[in-house]
Amino acid sequence: MVEVTLWGSLSAVAGGKARHEIEAKDIRELFRKLAEQYPGIEPWIDRGIAVAIDGTIYRDTWSKELPEGAEIFLLPRLAGG
Amino acid sequence: MAGVAVSTTINGDAVEYLCQPDETLLEVLRDRLGLTGAKEGCGTGDCGACSVIVDGRLVCSCLVLGAEAEGRKVETIEGMAHGDQLHPLQQKFLEHAALQCGVCTPGFLIAAKDLLEKNPSPTEEEIRFGLAGNLCRCTGYDKIVRAVQDAANVMKGA
Amino acid sequence: MNFDPRFSGRQFASVGTRPIRPDGIDKVTGRARYGADFNMAGQLVGRVLRSPHAHAVIKSIDTSKAEKLAGVKAVITAKDLPDLTDGDAAMYDILDNCMARKKALYDGHAVAAVAAIDARIARQALKLIEVEYEVLPHVTDVDEAAHHHAPLINDQVFTEGLEEKPAKPSNVTKRTQFGHGDVHKGFAEADFVVERSFKTEQTHQGYIEPHACVASVNADGTADLWVCTQGHFVYRQHCAQLLGLEASKLRVTSSEIGGGFGGKTHVWAEPVALALSRKAGRPVKLVMTRDEVFRASGPTSATSIDVKIGAKKDGTITAAEATLRYSSGPYAGSWAEIGAMTAFACYKLENVKTVGYEVLVNRPKTAAYRAPSAPMAAFAVESAVDELAKELGMDAVDFRIKNAAQEGTRASYGPVYGPIGIGPTLEAVKHHPHMKAPLKANQGRGMACGFWFNFGGQTCTDLNIGMDGSVSLAVGTVDVGGSRASLSLVAAEELGIDYSHVKAIVADTSSLGYNDMTDGSRGTFSSSMATISAARNAIKILRERAAQTWDIPVEDVHWEKGHAIAKGEKYGNLSPLSLKEIAAASGKTGGPIAGHSELVADGAGVSFATHICDVEVDPETGSTRVIRYTVVQDAGKAVHPTYVEGQYQGGAAQGIGWALNEEYIYGKDGRLQNAGFLDYRIPVCSDLPMIDTQILEIPNPNHPYGVRGVGETSIVPPLAAIANAVSNAVGVRMTHIPMSPPRILAALDAEREG
Repeated sequence: MVEVTLWGSLSAVAGGKARHEIEAKDIRELFRKLAEQYPGIEPWIDRGIAVAIDGTIYRDTWSKELPEGAEIFLLPRLAGG
Repeated sequence: MAGVAVSTTINGDAVEYLCQPDETLLEVLRDRLGLTGAKEGCGTGDCGACSVIVDGRLVCSCLVLGAEAEGRKVETIEGMAHGDQLHPLQQKFLEHAALQCGVCTPGFLIAAKDLLEKNPSPTEEEIRFGLAGNLCRCTGYDKIVRAVQDAANVMKGA
Repeated sequence: MNFDPRFSGRQFASVGTRPIRPDGIDKVTGRARYGADFNMAGQLVGRVLRSPHAHAVIKSIDTSKAEKLAGVKAVITAKDLPDLTDGDAAMYDILDNCMARKKALYDGHAVAAVAAIDARIARQALKLIEVEYEVLPHVTDVDEAAHHHAPLINDQVFTEGLEEKPAKPSNVTKRTQFGHGDVHKGFAEADFVVERSFKTEQTHQGYIEPHACVASVNADGTADLWVCTQGHFVYRQHCAQLLGLEASKLRVTSSEIGGGFGGKTHVWAEPVALALSRKAGRPVKLVMTRDEVFRASGPTSATSIDVKIGAKKDGTITAAEATLRYSSGPYAGSWAEIGAMTAFACYKLENVKTVGYEVLVNRPKTAAYRAPSAPMAAFAVESAVDELAKELGMDAVDFRIKNAAQEGTRASYGPVYGPIGIGPTLEAVKHHPHMKAPLKANQGRGMACGFWFNFGGQTCTDLNIGMDGSVSLAVGTVDVGGSRASLSLVAAEELGIDYSHVKAIVADTSSLGYNDMTDGSRGTFSSSMATISAARNAIKILRERAAQTWDIPVEDVHWEKGHAIAKGEKYGNLSPLSLKEIAAASGKTGGPIAGHSELVADGAGVSFATHICDVEVDPETGSTRVIRYTVVQDAGKAVHPTYVEGQYQGGAAQGIGWALNEEYIYGKDGRLQNAGFLDYRIPVCSDLPMIDTQILEIPNPNHPYGVRGVGETSIVPPLAAIANAVSNAVGVRMTHIPMSPPRILAALDAEREG
């Protein structure tokens, strides 16, 4: 079980709740379970969501494991210059 | 439109070409003669990327007509090194990393060469104003100025 | 992937030295080939017809006269670029931006294009194309556009991110929110509160090389594209999708790139050139003029930002809040969102809230510009932080040090920071001699902090060892400022050979696997990770070949300083085999030796900088000169320190131009008034002082060498640092960027009139 925090705009599509307890071993499973629970999140996942695990931002490594007790935060996937 | 026949000297070599009356020297160099070292950054004489020297005078080749080169001596970046011996400015630009993307570099080298030929011991301010007609968006000019200072010292010693 | 990206704290032999770049000699002799320096047999000249209107329905386009002109080989409109985007809204916007479909949405929007045998005929042909427009009301100002009375740019847009779907369409495409804690409670605890509003004008990346490409489409569906781009693999995806080509049959070669800064991250004219080539059956060269570059490519957002910050008497910030409105051109963007994330990233805040609004305007489609959106947010926040320090009677640096984020701080955008460099940059600034240098009359000093995320991403690298022991390194991230030198250093470091034996090139899309583009300061970070991985894979093979030569188990062969070494007393008489020796024998030991790497370089470390700036303001003219400038920034590890300094200096110079001069000026007619370098004035050599740099190295734990991205953060603090310096020099808070002479005079006049 990991505790996941969503950024402001995403929490609006997840029942207005910022913090969620989810049983997920990696980023892929986390996204799948979030989308099952809140179908409104799916288009956001398609557009790109980055996952910060203990402060390190992962944009593409969906196989990244979510360590027990890690601080996990979802962010929009951003553009750079 | 009838072409204009032009006989000129480019980097010491006699060159002949036909060009349209409204064709710029930059277009002639790049599109007719294959000398693509001079770049078009603006086409209005504001960026200096197309700098060449015509009869000892630094000009933007986008503001000179190809026909105007008749009987003159044109120097471009392609003629700056002597064989495999780089000009001190070229060498110092490399050593100081005075280029990032490098698209303005040919224009800067030509302008700096002209500057040092006229003023072999420029102050930092004279270098900055001497190169103010050339735009660089990558470097903030710091390393360019240092490279020109270093090259001036080397050339004085030579 | 068995690659371990963790920082190892090793000693370096090559990394950290300053050799000459491998592509340097071509660039000082004029031989380097940029976008416009390439030609194909039988190539035509492409030119684009652009809307003179800021907002107009395209009622009809008659191309018949242009088609009949001798020498014209193809004329295209949106009909020749059918919509193949299949519901992908972002790609549809790119398509519509390349060639307007129903409406022209800004002055300069492409409406048709021609390919002809020369430029003169092409220009003539454009004049023969008849476009019937129905001109619509337009809006170019970000605040006016956000107003509910503003002309609607797209009546299908209903603001996203609101609790309830709005009943009416709007130019505000999206609302986003970040933060934590309770700002109301925080402000109630504050002894001092500063509340200010700020504006910044739209600027252009200002690369010296205009967009340029040569496109060649064959009848069998294969195609070639030569183009200046920050990401040739991304351009391939975009062009293949928009043209209906198979990606692998479209070979994209990235030319040398004459500056990008974010402006060459998505396609503009390349699909048009391909469509022209397809229709004409000949290669087409399309080069934008400078006027087109300004009117129809780039630029960054114009912004309007409100900031409120409160602090206790002891200098602790209790709450911080910002509302940010960013223009995105006529298409939806996420620019305010990034501003809302970065605004307060430098600080440790109990209570913080930021809200971003994306606003459509009749201006060119906003593109990324170096740490996109962060400089404007930093300008607003760092100006307010300075004001608050003043009210508290605290030194501006000490106030920031007291509130700086550190390892374990919850960032204003959400996650908790790992090891970061904001504190060290502030300490370095506090003790920098620049801070103690005396100032004269009319001079002022300012400082400011900046933050940028940095990205990683998909990366693929090939490392091939020649039979003479020299190494060729093929990377897929475009080299925008010397990365081939850095990556050669990394290959040399890992293999244990001399830099001079490595040659790095940027491979085309048919020679290497997919790479994300060079954006988000990822070029050296990501490709160095892939290079290290490729080199380690090559070393594995080198060890196997040595083991085979010696007829011993490979486990007993180690790799040290460019040599295979047999470890163990029983091998005492085996002298080490050099990479060169193993390479020379490779034909007899199993064939060519190479190392490949395909990985996602995630875990880019965030980056912070603090800048110091001295200015002198002429009170008669309002003209400002920057007289001294210092950049302090964390690089993680500077692979080639000279090019890291170059990134710091270049970002600072762009920021100085933005702060003092550069802005898009629109007339009442919605037309851009200053689409050229004479009137859109970027800094020239005589405008600037030397730019001093100090590189800090706080290793990124997620890179073997500790590397962080360095390219973007340097443009984040300058707007604020200069605004603080000017405000200190003239005694009036400057709230509108650029601080051009008329704006400074107006601020001084307003102050005098009270």
